[in-house]
Amino acid sequence: MAYADSDPNQRPGVRATAVKLLIAGGFGVGKTTMVGTISEIPPLRTEELITELSRGVDDLSGVESKKTTTVALDFGRITISPELVLYLFGTPGQDRFWFMWDELAEGAIGAVVLADTRRLESCFPAVDFFERRGIPFVIGVNCFDGDEEYQPDEVREALDIDDRVPVVLADVRQRASAKELLVTLAEHAITMATATPA
Amino acid sequence: MTPADQHWFDEEAGPLVRPYALTRGRTTSKQRDLAMITLVVALQRVTPQLADSLEPEGLQIVTMCQHPKSIAEVSADLGLPLSVVKILIGDLIDRQLLMFRSAVTPDINVLQAVINGIRRL
Repeated sequence: MAYADSDPNQRPGVRATAVKLLIAGGFGVGKTTMVGTISEIPPLRTEELITELSRGVDDLSGVESKKTTTVALDFGRITISPELVLYLFGTPGQDRFWFMWDELAEGAIGAVVLADTRRLESCFPAVDFFERRGIPFVIGVNCFDGDEEYQPDEVREALDIDDRVPVVLADVRQRASAKELLVTLAEHAITMATATPA
Repeated sequence: MTPADQHWFDEEAGPLVRPYALTRGRTTSKQRDLAMITLVVALQRVTPQLADSLEPEGLQIVTMCQHPKSIAEVSADLGLPLSVVKILIGDLIDRQLLMFRSAVTPDINVLQAVINGIRRL
């Protein structure tokens, strides 16, 4: 079509393309904090309208009704080069919005799954989602108030994940820590891409 | 009379009527390959003639896309849902006012560029 690649020399930046990665984990684990720590722009919020079937538990008639709600997604941006922009999306915390994850995960580099050792189980659904789909992910054990009472291997055992999945102690309020998580994820994605399929 | 930058509906119409009124009731776009991180960029500068020919939201999109922006950013800036923004952007692509660049597959070269870029931050 005529609009593809028109006059790239006259309009710098037209050639830029984008990639994304996801920041997942339970509610309140620090997903948006991490986006804000590393993004070059203050985190933005987009939303999607969804129609879901709702059936009230008290509804004895068994009638299902359609209800439209919005799912909010927080995201940030890192300009890697004039040709490449990286977007970081926080996944919606609520389990009922799982179907949004499929569009989010489509074509993604992978995911940083943030874990809070005080309620480790809240990241189980995210780990399960990425494991089942073979999407590269790393675990970031977000250490609140600097407590490091858990070692990475203990977290790995508790989550029952593959030995090859990196587990990193992190403080996502710190830029260096957020950078380390992202680099670890991209390196893990390369390892997975170059490994012989099992 | 109603000024050109206002619509017939009001706040009473609720949050759902408004977005789809902008798309004239359409809920899906012809442009199937528009994703959240698809980058869009204007192919024309904003002139008074162009401004006159566009709906307010279309004009806002062409104006903000003088530099490449993702569909998610356009959605966030306009305060409109992604699905609605995809329809509006699809219309502007059809009119050859915008072009889009699909997201790249994160192959090893892209991943290495990402690693280098993050380390430089």
